[in-house]
Amino acid sequence: MEDMLFYDRMQFAFTITFHYLFPQLTMGLSLMIVYFKWKFLRTKIDRYNDAAKFWMKIFALNFAMGVVTGIPMEFQFGTNWAKFSELTGGIIGQTLAMEGMFSFFLESSFLGLFLFGEKLLGHKLHFLTGFLVFLGSWASGYLIIATHSWMQYPVGYEVLENGKFVLNNFGALFSNPWLLPAYLHNQAASLVTSSFVVAAIGAFYLLNNKHHEFGKLFVKTGVIFGLISSLLVAFPTGDWTAKNVAEHQPVTFAAMEGIFETEEGGSEIVLIGQPNMLEKKLDNKIAVPNILSFLTYQEWDAQIKGLNEFDESVHPTNVPGLYYSYHIMVGLGTIFIGLMLLAVVQLFRRKLYQTKWILWSLMFMLPFPYIANTTGWYTAELGRQPWLVYNLLRTADGASPTVSSGNTLFTLLGFIGLYLLLGMLFLMLAGKIINKGPQLNQQH
Amino acid sequence: MELFWYIVLMTMLAVYVILDGYDFGAGIIHLFFAKEEKDKKAITNAIGPFWDANEVWLIAAGGVLFFAFPTLYASSFSGFYLPLIMILWLLIFRAIGLELRGQIHNKMWESIWDKAFGIASLLLALFFGVALGNVVRGVNLGNVVNGVSTYEAHYFFLPLWNPTFSPQAEQLGILDWFTVLLGIIGVVALTIHGANWIIFKTNANINEKLKKVVFNLNIVLSVLVIISLLIWHIIEPQPFHNFIDNPWLWVFPIITFTGLFGLFKVKTFKKHGMGFLFSSLFLGGGLASTVASIFPKVLPSTNSINPDLTLYNVAAHEYGLSVGVYWFVIAAVLVAIYMIIQYKVFKGKMDDVGYGEH
Repeated sequence: MEDMLFYDRMQFAFTITFHYLFPQLTMGLSLMIVYFKWKFLRTKIDRYNDAAKFWMKIFALNFAMGVVTGIPMEFQFGTNWAKFSELTGGIIGQTLAMEGMFSFFLESSFLGLFLFGEKLLGHKLHFLTGFLVFLGSWASGYLIIATHSWMQYPVGYEVLENGKFVLNNFGALFSNPWLLPAYLHNQAASLVTSSFVVAAIGAFYLLNNKHHEFGKLFVKTGVIFGLISSLLVAFPTGDWTAKNVAEHQPVTFAAMEGIFETEEGGSEIVLIGQPNMLEKKLDNKIAVPNILSFLTYQEWDAQIKGLNEFDESVHPTNVPGLYYSYHIMVGLGTIFIGLMLLAVVQLFRRKLYQTKWILWSLMFMLPFPYIANTTGWYTAELGRQPWLVYNLLRTADGASPTVSSGNTLFTLLGFIGLYLLLGMLFLMLAGKIINKGPQLNQQH
Repeated sequence: MELFWYIVLMTMLAVYVILDGYDFGAGIIHLFFAKEEKDKKAITNAIGPFWDANEVWLIAAGGVLFFAFPTLYASSFSGFYLPLIMILWLLIFRAIGLELRGQIHNKMWESIWDKAFGIASLLLALFFGVALGNVVRGVNLGNVVNGVSTYEAHYFFLPLWNPTFSPQAEQLGILDWFTVLLGIIGVVALTIHGANWIIFKTNANINEKLKKVVFNLNIVLSVLVIISLLIWHIIEPQPFHNFIDNPWLWVFPIITFTGLFGLFKVKTFKKHGMGFLFSSLFLGGGLASTVASIFPKVLPSTNSINPDLTLYNVAAHEYGLSVGVYWFVIAAVLVAIYMIIQYKVFKGKMDDVGYGEH
């Protein structure tokens, strides 16, 4: 039984981690392409339209990767988590089916028109198709996070005698207090990714002395979007999300902050340290006193329950993993704000395009928003363990009862091999598009 | 309410088979009949702007299955674990074959992705036929061994095959001679369907040849369909009991055979879309006839200990099903609008869409 569950979890973790590398760029980039197209409509400066066209090439490739790695996600609820699906399908199936009906049809119908329809439609309608693709991808995110929120903080349900969860209030799925902060936090984070990608490619062109004008446009757009979104990720959305965790999942909160013992005079914020699970304490810690209490409750001496006060049966199953995920996310988020702030200051002093070290930093930052987004999701998911539905259904009780570990490992290995290939192809082709660069004023 | 969602689900599956079916078929034609670059281009242009939206019907149908019939979703997806995951891999290969082919202009690169696209399409057509065969034949629910269930009554697990390849064995496999026969019917029917789509949407040079292919394959298909009907009683002793109780159901087999026999006139059709219409009738009617013959079962049990899964014992709770109707109707209207817009913009012949060119 144990190894069955292990491989089921590994497969879901691996496939969702890989999958989400693509939608985060899709959601953020669609907004930025719509912005470029809108600027073109307003100013009639061709460069904006050419910029939109360039990013649409990356977008198309990225979108295709998101689609093909996304289908396995929906299937896996049934293939690997059959018991969970059977017990909660009447509820989470609701939001997942809505995602298919409301957002996937919208996205996929207009993506073809958006990618191939510029000549056919004219610029205004073309802008509209881009906007609808953006709307579809953000609606998709909303419905996924509505599903996620129900698992974190179940509402509008009752449990029948046979253990099945039944919906009794549809509206509650969408007024769930977990939903709005988590959604805004996630969308801001996806904009961080797209901003850094756009800025990094712009910096690459400037440092190479290629496509100079586009380089400037991308760096400028990237750092402005980047500063705004990095700030929004931290405040108010991140702060709000963390307060939700502190209120509704105190044991998770203690584990992710690395607080083992309750401090009577208020809790410190841990910057660095390694959770020592044998002795239930944090090794080599560097911490600032009372800050965590203040950030969470706006009182310096507010009490925060330490992990050791909770029964071990409700501890997150992987405390160190949760702790590191959260700290990596927060650490990177802080660096993002710092770098973008410097870049915007230089932009307004009209020195950004000559400040080489900032351009180099922007270029090398490219992978890090992906890491921050991924560790952010690990924080949410590892933080929910050992539960699938918080406090109600354990992960161990949700797996498929008839799929043996040998079969799951077989498919997991297959996914690893296939996704490795996909990843290499994506990098190779994206590299080719980037190296070729934007084309001036294509046939219009 | 269960019946409403059952009809919705089956309709969505039929739409999926008709729409993505032409993509698979086009892939098979691409693999076997398109030798020249111009023909290959014409084929990918004819499906390029649609395949993604077509595939959404599978995802959306999966979502409706999950939400309206969670027990069936859980039982069948875990029980058919291996073939489903393999279908996912094939869908991935087919999609990247289509999308990546045009990214690099190099003969070897192009021919590798052509093959990936074609072979994945062929295997998908086979697998979907096999899947239908498995549902009709039923499975060993509860995995009964020597008269004792080893799993909960509605769970099972099927390996890819058992050494006898018999659909009547106690321990079944995904592949047996009955399901493979349905798989082959799937391949032939979708090849015809794909050829009809290409004739409909392109001016490719191979279209005249494809009409002959459609005609010849239609003979094969008719023979296979008749064989399968003759041996159907081995799988289901009373295949017609629903049709006898509800004579209006005969409309489905009539549609199926109209589609099948109508296609023999393929060489004389004036309008290019006629062939596609007839193969759609065959696919939609065939699917409807098949599920009607086992209604209200959705997954029959092959043992006498555990009951069949029917749409009534796998459905979600009443409130969720009722409230779902509201959003579903809104969404369905929107989907219809999108489809009208999409097919209006890309109406007529599509040889010059320039799909996948960068």
